[in-house]
Amino acid sequence: MGFPHKPHPKETVVLSQYFGDADARSYAGWVQRGGYEALKKSLAMTPVAVQDIVKASGLRGRGGAGFPTGLKWSFMPKERTRTHYLCCNADESEPGTFKDREIMRWTPHALIEGCAIAQHAIQAEICYIYIRGEFTEPLRIMEKAIAEAYQNGVLGANAMGSGKRIDQFIHRGAGAYICGEETALMNSIEGKRGNPRIRPPFPAAAGVFGLPTTINNVETLAAVPHIINRGADWYKSLYLSNPKSTGTKLISVSGHVQRPGNYEITMGFPLKDLIYDLCGGVKPGRTLKACIPGGSSVPILNKEESESCILDYEGTVAKGTMLGSGGAIVFDDTTDMVYQVMRLAKFYAHESCAQCTQCREGTAWTVRILQRILAGEGTIQDLDLLLDLADQMTGKTICVLSDSCAAPVVTGIKKFRGEFEAYIKGARKPVMATV
Amino acid sequence: MPVSVPKGTTILEAAKQAGVLIPHYCYHPGLPIAGVCRMCLVEVEKQPKLQISCATTVAEGQVVNVFSDQAKKARQGVLEFLLINHPLDCPICDQAGECELQDYVFQEGQARTRYADYAKRFNPVEDFGPDILYVPNRCILCTRCVRFMEHAAHDDVLNVSERGDRAVIGIHPDKKLDHTWAGNVVDLCPVGSLLSKDFLHRARAWELDKTASVCPGCSQGCNVNLDTRNNVVVRLRPRANLEVNRYFMCDYGRGQYRWMNHGDRIEAPLLGGKDLTAVDWDHALDRAVQLVKGISGPAVTLVSPGASNEALYLARQVLGNARLQAAFRVHREAGEWSLAGVPDLALRAERAPNVAGALALGYREEFEAAIQTAADAGLLLVLDDALDGVAPEALQTPNIIYLGTRLPEIARRARVVLPIANVAEEDGTFVNRDRRVQRYFQAKAAPGMARPAWWVLGEILRGLGRGDTLSSAEEAFDLLAQSEPAFGGLSYAGLGVRGAVLGSRQPAGQPA
Ligand SMILES: Cc1cc2nc3c(=O)[nH]c(=O)nc-3n(C[C@H](O)[C@H](O)[C@H](O)COP(=O)(O)O)c2cc1C
Ligand code: SF4
Ligand code: SF4
Ligand code: FES
Repeated sequence: MGFPHKPHPKETVVLSQYFGDADARSYAGWVQRGGYEALKKSLAMTPVAVQDIVKASGLRGRGGAGFPTGLKWSFMPKERTRTHYLCCNADESEPGTFKDREIMRWTPHALIEGCAIAQHAIQAEICYIYIRGEFTEPLRIMEKAIAEAYQNGVLGANAMGSGKRIDQFIHRGAGAYICGEETALMNSIEGKRGNPRIRPPFPAAAGVFGLPTTINNVETLAAVPHIINRGADWYKSLYLSNPKSTGTKLISVSGHVQRPGNYEITMGFPLKDLIYDLCGGVKPGRTLKACIPGGSSVPILNKEESESCILDYEGTVAKGTMLGSGGAIVFDDTTDMVYQVMRLAKFYAHESCAQCTQCREGTAWTVRILQRILAGEGTIQDLDLLLDLADQMTGKTICVLSDSCAAPVVTGIKKFRGEFEAYIKGARKPVMATV
Repeated sequence: MPVSVPKGTTILEAAKQAGVLIPHYCYHPGLPIAGVCRMCLVEVEKQPKLQISCATTVAEGQVVNVFSDQAKKARQGVLEFLLINHPLDCPICDQAGECELQDYVFQEGQARTRYADYAKRFNPVEDFGPDILYVPNRCILCTRCVRFMEHAAHDDVLNVSERGDRAVIGIHPDKKLDHTWAGNVVDLCPVGSLLSKDFLHRARAWELDKTASVCPGCSQGCNVNLDTRNNVVVRLRPRANLEVNRYFMCDYGRGQYRWMNHGDRIEAPLLGGKDLTAVDWDHALDRAVQLVKGISGPAVTLVSPGASNEALYLARQVLGNARLQAAFRVHREAGEWSLAGVPDLALRAERAPNVAGALALGYREEFEAAIQTAADAGLLLVLDDALDGVAPEALQTPNIIYLGTRLPEIARRARVVLPIANVAEEDGTFVNRDRRVQRYFQAKAAPGMARPAWWVLGEILRGLGRGDTLSSAEEAFDLLAQSEPAFGGLSYAGLGVRGAVLGSRQPAGQPA
């Protein structure tokens, strides 16, 4: 964790090594800590060689989908006949996720270095770092770090004396969750409304400004310098369960735990240990009720599932959920799950970009039904209706925001049906969640 | 059912060719693909998810199931979602009867909604422009209107404002929807959300008869339908022709219907003398024939470039034996108003539909010179030129035969006045500026005794012993095509509803 607490002995500290260490924010401080060595090394290699190392490391996207990073990079055209772009997705708006913010706050140069290496690997002169609009402090720190990187010749026309141009620009978001979706993000950079685009074309063929583009999450890119420095084999060896999920992962834990915060674990770490050991468990006298392990968009786990869930891409899928962006929201027995599900759905209804019919109308309708149930006016048929709407909202739209709204509704009803029925039967009166 | 189409064709278009209309809202062949309404979902073999047929291209040997349970359920779902906020005010909605929401709900939808008694979204009606109202409550956010203004008109006045189910179509705060081609958004809107103020509550869609025609507004020759009710043209709407106007027409053209219904028409043949007296056709034609027979000296014919090729050709035939000056004039505006995103489409400066036809048939744009000649001519044959601006003294000498729709004061000097049909009242052809010969069809009855000019002129020719009665524009056109080299190889039937280019010897190969 590093900040505000010391790392727990069970953490594997890689990305978070300098969290809380303000000196690491400056260029000088970063270089003292071995910064920009990986970039220097990479620039001496061919782009394909860098891609191959990242491929071999097993690194997968930390933004939600877990797509193999090296493979994604290899989709870019081999010959650079047109401008290539890298977009760094720092929009981090998924409720429950706050790891990218910490990376930018404490180790801005790690991100700049990771972006620069990726730029070299995909032959992109230009990188846009798309920072969530509400992130004012990370924005300031990133701006300062980029200015320093230019001053010290890391970025610019002759990046680190390599003769290559590497530019990085910050693009500030304006408060829309959907702009974290990669194609909406590209539209937003272009100055358009942040609507996801239909695919094909895929970004590697026609991305930002219609040119070949790769989009990666902050944490994904920040991991790259470590892989270059310490080797693909080292990174590949970092797993506790399934060799297809390698490396470390920052998990943002929020909700009913004694010590919420960002924890860096090796892939394959048990969710149970994360909750009970690293985070100190739920408050005394309470018991765990549920956990959303990967940010608000993934299905909810009940107590038993949570306590047996392995935190990696395969382990979460085995429990019917996903690792997502790694935002673990923990609920104890005081939680009103009906209210929680409504609150999540309300978020998606608010943030739907309104393009797809199912999402625009379905998210809002879902909220209305849930609110009616909470007000004690629901019917038992409402539950089937909610499930049917969720089915209509899944797998039919341009992006997965619609699916993300459906997931907590479906799992909420399946796993906590009794609570919904209690409202419907009038056995339960509306209560607010206790914090 | 197997269908074979060029590479890159979408499933939706391929299905159309196989005779299957996959329900869709946001897709329109004249606009960039948006893929947002998700109505056109179909099942594609070996694909785990349903695919949108408007954006998915076909593949060799691909099996598509449009009517699988899964696909039908998904489309029913979209319809139900679209209806939860739709007001169901069809009885007072102009779109009713030609509404794609009504149509597809009728075709595939469910009888009942499961949307309990929640309030529907409400936003007040907005005045978008000189002729356009926006009724947000009916909007299904297909974005056709936004895409038209952005990609076809290149005038970004519309947008999608807000997110979630609060989203509505927004308009630029300092602009109006007043582009020359803006009216197309009303046609493009699949529901009754964008309405023409001019047409507001004027007719129910099912009361209208549609007749294929060509817009008489300018030399572009946009293909249109004349919508008529009870012998009155109530609106003009574009008819698709990829070679001419794609799916669009301009607002000036839309306004053309007004004069088609004017009541100030000549309703009977008239003979000159001290006063004009109404007579029957036999008398009037007789007089006209005598006048032509008795020509001494040069003859002049002044025609309107809004007359049909058939009439223009026959008018020259009538005066064929005389020394003839054949002329026309055309009203020209300073400039063109193009639809920027569509090549070769503009409201043209030349505000008449058949300038190219007149030129091809030997008429010259030398009206003033012809008036001077007429001063000493033996005979002046006028074909629907209003003679406005011509000094009465200039027309002292000649005998005048006046074929017209209306009777201007100066035409009262004519020896014989013959009432003719206007473009809505006859069949005929025009040649547009790109030399495309296009047919228009009769949409309503001509007033009184007025007859198509080609019939009138045909009768005069018969009286002169140079032809038989013409019973259709087709006969007139085929005569023309036989004797005018420019029209060689064309036949009236072969023109179809999309026309053919002069000299091309064959109609354009477009599916009807
Ligand atoms: C609605 C929505 C919101 C998203 N928001 C974010 C985000 O805030 N940050 C992020 O990195 N990825 C986000 N993603 C995932 C991105 O689309 C994309 O998969 C990711 O940035 C790719 O980077 P990676 O391969 O490094 O994970 C979002 C996806 C969706 C559908
Ligand atoms: S699923 Fe929702 S958020 Fe995603 S593109 Fe469609 S409407 Fe927009
Ligand atoms: S106004 Fe009509 S065309 Fe425009 S988005 Fe709404 S439904 Fe579609
Ligand atoms: S018609 Fe295909 S998504 Fe709208």
